[in-house]
Amino acid sequence: MSKLVITDLHVTVDTEDGPKEILKGVDLTINDGETHAIMGPNGSGKSTLAYSIAGHPKYTITGGSVTLDGQDVLSLSVDERARAGLFLAMQYPVEVPGVSVANFLRTAKTAIDGEAPKLRTWVKDVNGALERLNLDATFSSRSVNENFSGGEKKRHEIAQLELLDPKVAVLDETDSGLDIDALKVVSEGVNRFRRREGKGVLLITHYTRILRYIEPDHVHVFVDGKVAESGGKELADELEANGYDKYLKAATA
Amino acid sequence: MTITDSVRSALEQAPALDKVESHLHPTGSFDVADHTVPTGREEIWRFTPLKRLRGLHADAEFMPSATSCTWNTPEGVRIEGVSGDEARALRGISGLVPNTRWAARVLAEVPASLLVDVPADTEVAEPIVVDLDGKDVTVTEAGHVALRFGRHSRAVVVLNHTGSSSVAAVVEVVVGDGADVTVVSIQDWADDAVHLAHHQARVGRDATYRHAAISFGGDLVRMDANVTYDGPGGSAELLGLYFADAGQHIEHRIFADHTAPRTKSNAIYKGALQGEKAHTVWVGNVLIRKVAEGIETYEENRNLVLTDGCQADSIPNLEIETGEIEGAGHASATARFDDNQLFYLQSRGVSEQEAQRLVVHGFFNDLIRKVGVPSIEERLLSTVEAELAKNVLKDTTSGAGA
Repeated sequence: MSKLVITDLHVTVDTEDGPKEILKGVDLTINDGETHAIMGPNGSGKSTLAYSIAGHPKYTITGGSVTLDGQDVLSLSVDERARAGLFLAMQYPVEVPGVSVANFLRTAKTAIDGEAPKLRTWVKDVNGALERLNLDATFSSRSVNENFSGGEKKRHEIAQLELLDPKVAVLDETDSGLDIDALKVVSEGVNRFRRREGKGVLLITHYTRILRYIEPDHVHVFVDGKVAESGGKELADELEANGYDKYLKAATA
Repeated sequence: MTITDSVRSALEQAPALDKVESHLHPTGSFDVADHTVPTGREEIWRFTPLKRLRGLHADAEFMPSATSCTWNTPEGVRIEGVSGDEARALRGISGLVPNTRWAARVLAEVPASLLVDVPADTEVAEPIVVDLDGKDVTVTEAGHVALRFGRHSRAVVVLNHTGSSSVAAVVEVVVGDGADVTVVSIQDWADDAVHLAHHQARVGRDATYRHAAISFGGDLVRMDANVTYDGPGGSAELLGLYFADAGQHIEHRIFADHTAPRTKSNAIYKGALQGEKAHTVWVGNVLIRKVAEGIETYEENRNLVLTDGCQADSIPNLEIETGEIEGAGHASATARFDDNQLFYLQSRGVSEQEAQRLVVHGFFNDLIRKVGVPSIEERLLSTVEAELAKNVLKDTTSGAGA
């Protein structure tokens, strides 16, 4: 089971002029096995939503709730959220110099499972996951995200998704900066994850392009810190044709 | 390429002769009387807490040694304590002309030298390890070590300092033409040790010299690691790794004196600090003399501050007297943990402490690999681990999944 429920979520970020509200009452429910796409213009708060769910210290929750299978997510630390089954694929994965991908993946897997993975099957799992994402064998000895190309960073995020096997994956603009081949590889990785029993996906994107490869069950338009409209995948087609203008006008009116 | 303003002004003021007006290279002297006792106000002493040196910088008696000194002797290498004329002949073989009173005293007063002699064309497969284990911190003592590597030789020497000691030591290194040499000095002292060290190396034509200063223990460690070049094509890599705990003073100074054309120097010093009044100092002096055309130099110091109450001083100092060079640069950064790094790791389920541990290991890892002595890599990693256990990992005994 995996049900993520976001209710009336308000989030501020500290600025020089004091706290600024970025999320202004987000309501969203991702039921067991569903994929939701959140689309919106730059600066609408999409990434803030992703980071707030994951617990980045930069953001302050001022109201509302987030639950995963009934458990209060907001009271958990960042690592506890991950162990509870949340995963955030980041738009800008962070370099960790001197820490190899192999060491990082094993440490993360051990933390998530509460015990070290069986060595023999683990090596096979890692090599398999990297191979499926077109990452060559030397990849696991490189330092995490250091000198990775944009595509390698995103593929590495999805390899983690496959290996760490969370309940709900939040993908923050995983498609941005990818050429079409890399986009396909990444999308296939996400789709493999979706085929597993009961996995939820929250796909945050600026472009409709990725939705050709990852078909969402629901599409939400995100404007000015909240969901402006929700619909099926046809809503993405409409956005493709007409853009965000009508929502932006409504928000500033 | 980075050239600072101070460097430019040094360039403009450079005198015609190869006589350089700079605090980097005051005129040295073997005569102890030519050196006054430092007051602490001198540029080269201003960071060092003289009071804690037990007089080693001044006129403390150099007593009979209370340090046990043992070593292995790989085939083809001569290692022994020498005295009398033979010891005297070794004083200054690195080109060292003392610019401190204490170094002048060591060269003038210490009766014996430890000589490590690697003949020309000899390749020594296993590291030569000299274990220096201090037995009595109340004994102020001094030592002179000469490491002589013949032409086209290849060897690794590890000076391994442990125990309790109050010692002033001069290590002179001669790297013959075309030789490939690594000298590692590990300061894994007990908490009360005081160690004042000057390592001076003369790097031969087309030779490769790697010096690694690794300081964990001691109340006060100050090491100057200096290099000059005997001919063109020499290359020096000056590496440093230090971890300062509460109350510790760890000071590393390097001086790459480019005395010959087409020479290289590359310095990387990395340190971590934790606990009240942990103090580290790094001073990176590089001089590119007029004659040193076509040289390349880069120096870097990074400090990771793990707790409140620490102080890391970091001073790169590059003086250039010829603009005809391949490259010159420096970098210095002192920072706390990067929140984004920790967040990234934690978002993968890793606890905050484990994330910090990973970051610190990563911080030192590439440096430890650069030292290139596999037999001590494991030890360095576990020492880093033990240091982390004092603060960062203090409360993890009940950690889940540990």
